[in-house]
Amino acid sequence: MKENRILIVQFVIFLVAAVFLAKLFYIQVIDTSYRDEANHNVIQRIIEYPYRGIISDRNGKLLVANTAVYDLMVIPKKVKINGDKNRLCELLGISPEDFDNRLALAKKYSFVKSSIFFEQMSEVKFGRIQDLLSDFPGFYVQARTVRNYPQAVGANALGYIGEISKEKIELVGKDNYKSGDYIGISGVEAFYEKQLRGVRGVRYVLVNVKGEEKGRFKNGQYDTASVPGKDIVASLDLDLQLYAEKLMRNKIGSIVAIEPSTGEILAFVSAPTYDPNLLTGEDFSKNFVTLSRDSLKPLFNRALMAQYPPGSIFKTINALYALQNRIIGTSTVFPCNRGIIACHGHHTSADFRTSIQYSCNPYYWNVYKKIIQRGRHSNPFIDARLSYEHWREQVLKFGLGTKTGIDLPNEKKGIVVSSNYYNKVYGENRWQFSTIYSLGIGQGELGMTPIQMANLAAIFANRGYYYSPHLVKAIGDSAQALPQYYEKHETGIDKEYYDAVVDGMEMVVRAGTGFLARSKESVACGKTGTVENPHGADHSVFIGFAPKENPKIAIAVVVENSGFGAEWAAPISGLLFAKYLNYTLEKNWIENYILNRDFIRNPAKPKPKSRKRG
Amino acid sequence: MISLETRQSLNQRAGSEVDWPTVGIYLFLVTWGWLNIFAAVYDPELEQSIFDLNLNSGKQLLWIGTAVFLFGFIMLIDYRFWESFAYYIYTAIILLLIGVLIGGKVVAGSKSWIQIGSFALQPSEFAKFATSLAVAMHVSSANVKLENFKSLVSTGFIIAMPALLILLQNDTGSTLVFSSLLLVLFREGMNPVPLAFGIFCVALFILALIFNKFILIISLGILTILIILFSRQIRRRFGFITLAFVAYLFSVVVIFSVDYFVNNILQPHQQNRIKALINPDADPLGYGWNVTQSKIAIGSGGFFGKGFLEGTQTKFDFVPEQHTDFIFCTIGEEWGWAGSLILIGAFILLFIRLIYLAERQRSKFARIYGYCVLSIMFFHFTINIGMTIGLFPVIGIPLPFFSYGGSSLWSFTILLSIFLNLDANRKNILG
Repeated sequence: MKENRILIVQFVIFLVAAVFLAKLFYIQVIDTSYRDEANHNVIQRIIEYPYRGIISDRNGKLLVANTAVYDLMVIPKKVKINGDKNRLCELLGISPEDFDNRLALAKKYSFVKSSIFFEQMSEVKFGRIQDLLSDFPGFYVQARTVRNYPQAVGANALGYIGEISKEKIELVGKDNYKSGDYIGISGVEAFYEKQLRGVRGVRYVLVNVKGEEKGRFKNGQYDTASVPGKDIVASLDLDLQLYAEKLMRNKIGSIVAIEPSTGEILAFVSAPTYDPNLLTGEDFSKNFVTLSRDSLKPLFNRALMAQYPPGSIFKTINALYALQNRIIGTSTVFPCNRGIIACHGHHTSADFRTSIQYSCNPYYWNVYKKIIQRGRHSNPFIDARLSYEHWREQVLKFGLGTKTGIDLPNEKKGIVVSSNYYNKVYGENRWQFSTIYSLGIGQGELGMTPIQMANLAAIFANRGYYYSPHLVKAIGDSAQALPQYYEKHETGIDKEYYDAVVDGMEMVVRAGTGFLARSKESVACGKTGTVENPHGADHSVFIGFAPKENPKIAIAVVVENSGFGAEWAAPISGLLFAKYLNYTLEKNWIENYILNRDFIRNPAKPKPKSRKRG
Repeated sequence: MISLETRQSLNQRAGSEVDWPTVGIYLFLVTWGWLNIFAAVYDPELEQSIFDLNLNSGKQLLWIGTAVFLFGFIMLIDYRFWESFAYYIYTAIILLLIGVLIGGKVVAGSKSWIQIGSFALQPSEFAKFATSLAVAMHVSSANVKLENFKSLVSTGFIIAMPALLILLQNDTGSTLVFSSLLLVLFREGMNPVPLAFGIFCVALFILALIFNKFILIISLGILTILIILFSRQIRRRFGFITLAFVAYLFSVVVIFSVDYFVNNILQPHQQNRIKALINPDADPLGYGWNVTQSKIAIGSGGFFGKGFLEGTQTKFDFVPEQHTDFIFCTIGEEWGWAGSLILIGAFILLFIRLIYLAERQRSKFARIYGYCVLSIMFFHFTINIGMTIGLFPVIGIPLPFFSYGGSSLWSFTILLSIFLNLDANRKNILG
């Protein structure tokens, strides 16, 4: 009996050993999750943020640079308050209640993952709290770069960077961004995000249970170095841009200036604008709120997104179409019948050139009538539709009604409605010239963005083609712009007709509505526009280019609710021509006149309406 | 011709009867333990010497040195001393235990230490071998037969007294050690039924903690019915059926009482340890932390381990109490399954050797004492390693010869060396 008991005792001992060895075998050899957990404990992944590419103007002057700032990060699980909390709060500039709130927020986000406790401390602030941090395990500092704008110019074109939203992370992939990373949100910063951001680097370090760094994991075998972003050369001319912004101060509208031979944008202004340094650094959130609540909407990029009826500048397109399709000739004359439609100036009739010079409305009423009543069909309604569709096809070739392809996000494509629109509104075969006659003078169902207007000016400068307007002329080492900007877009109208229209445009400045744009050295070419709108006084619009031969700059200026095109947009264009080409403006009082006019505090009074047919 | 007595004393002095295999395993465990304590306190950034007295490894070396002397010293004591003074030693320890309750220091929640001058003494450690001596003394006496109920009670009393006093100190771990002596009683003829019954209850208890109670009760019911149906061969069927039925009812009661026991009798930190055992992932950063980190450290060791001083969980301090209760993690992480095999193997060798030595004793006292040594060590071994791999709740039980600590090393050394002393003189003892 007792032998059995001895055996049982031995059996129990062996049984225990066997159970242990079996369980150990399972967790040590078979189940690999423990090894992963061990690594997870010990290995910390530290992201190295790459240097973001800087942006300079076409002459190499710095527009957007990087500054180092420091985010104070926290891992709630590891937090211990071993030091003077009040002192830390004091140095950070927050109250102890705020401190607790932030910590609670971090805990809610994740108890074990790191999150931002205090954003974007300046180098100075960081220096002050650095010593204190050793008393606060669980807190650490992550260095980052934010943007600064030495010239404080070009905010709408350059855009800004900010924290990436959750939706955006889902879209562009978690490999490239994590919560809290910066991404370009508007402007060039957004469009060229991939080029500017570079590639993140990763460092794997070993940490002990307190989170203190204890060395590199596997000697840095798995580390990857960060790759800096590509520097960008913007096509903007800093001096021109500064001057254009200055001229548009206290006004609402936009200026876009293009180099016609390349499509490079020399100046890009949406007014009112803001100091880009406001949307960077510690005060980003606060300033963003202020800016987005501003009733004048400085964050709204008018040059890109405002769609205005073009007004008289559109006559140039109708003129070209009519000439190309042999509807009129350069010697065609129409009487200036102000009974049909109002007009200005001393002429009683106009030939082709003077129709442009004085912007004769009845002339273009007649031209458009001929355009729409082409006699393609016996039924006048069908004739109107067919003629309209043919005309519209040509209009689109000028870059209207479609996106120009500028390198900015959220471009609006303008408005050139299809015949289906009229079918819906008036009924099929229920509309004809008398319904849509205002299109002849650029009013009605038409919309152009200032970019499209400037692009139109460039088309005339080039006598028949354009390169898509773009803000960036060179990316990184390649020193090339994106490939689509080297593509020539033809409008399909003969050069001789362009010459005819351009001659008219020269007369506009020399002796016509655009006379305030004249410089002593050379005559520019252009076309004024005075755009009716339901919000108040007319918009003052001007498109033009200079000099007439081998033009170097094409421009579009829109000043909202200000008056005649001749009054404001034309002289502003003249000043910009003079600035860029180093000319002297003929009338030297113009600059002060423009600078002193404040349309925001002192809006223009709308002129009495007298254009519609009586 | 040398006289019998001279030869005896020569033998005794020469130590030729000392069981060297056991001594060998002892030294192996103690040395390897010392190395692992160094690994547990190792900080890769500092220049550390394993001998540095400021580190636990240096201190342990001191304890090892003194323990070896103690070993030798005990070996030289006359073997008859133990049997003669067993009860005196036992009484002295009981008095010390009472003394601790009155004027002791509280350390880590339990009042187990007495301060004498600049020395701190932990009587509960020494109660182990003292009780073993007393039990061996009592059970080996002529009128005690463990088959009898009265003998069981008297023996139980000897075991229960120190256990109770230690329980009052709030040291649950050390209290439980005394239950290991049941193994001795089993070997010496105790009726296995109450033992089996006790194991049955404990098993039920554990099952009730892990599984849903209603499922358990239904399953047990089905099992009972099946047993009744398939037991036609057993005589006195009626009595058997009633017994099965009663057993089933009793099980149900136990199952339901588990909750009451856990929530009302156990202290909160003990409740947490049970919870940590059942489901450590429920609160991996709170009460589950020790077990989770321990399993991670051991589990990440792989087959061959990460290498001495290369254990990341060990050297970066992820496992709490790694130099004491969780010392096995060092083996698991740095020496892998292979190392675990060697360690477990060494202990098993020791245990089997102790059984062999105990069985070859002519004196009942020596044999019983030997089994006490075995049981106590086996208990520590099982609970400690089981704790680190998540099979037992965390209780403060050290791994013999391995865990850091002077008191425990000394007490185990004394426990073992007394037996080796008895064994070396087994031929002189008259059965």
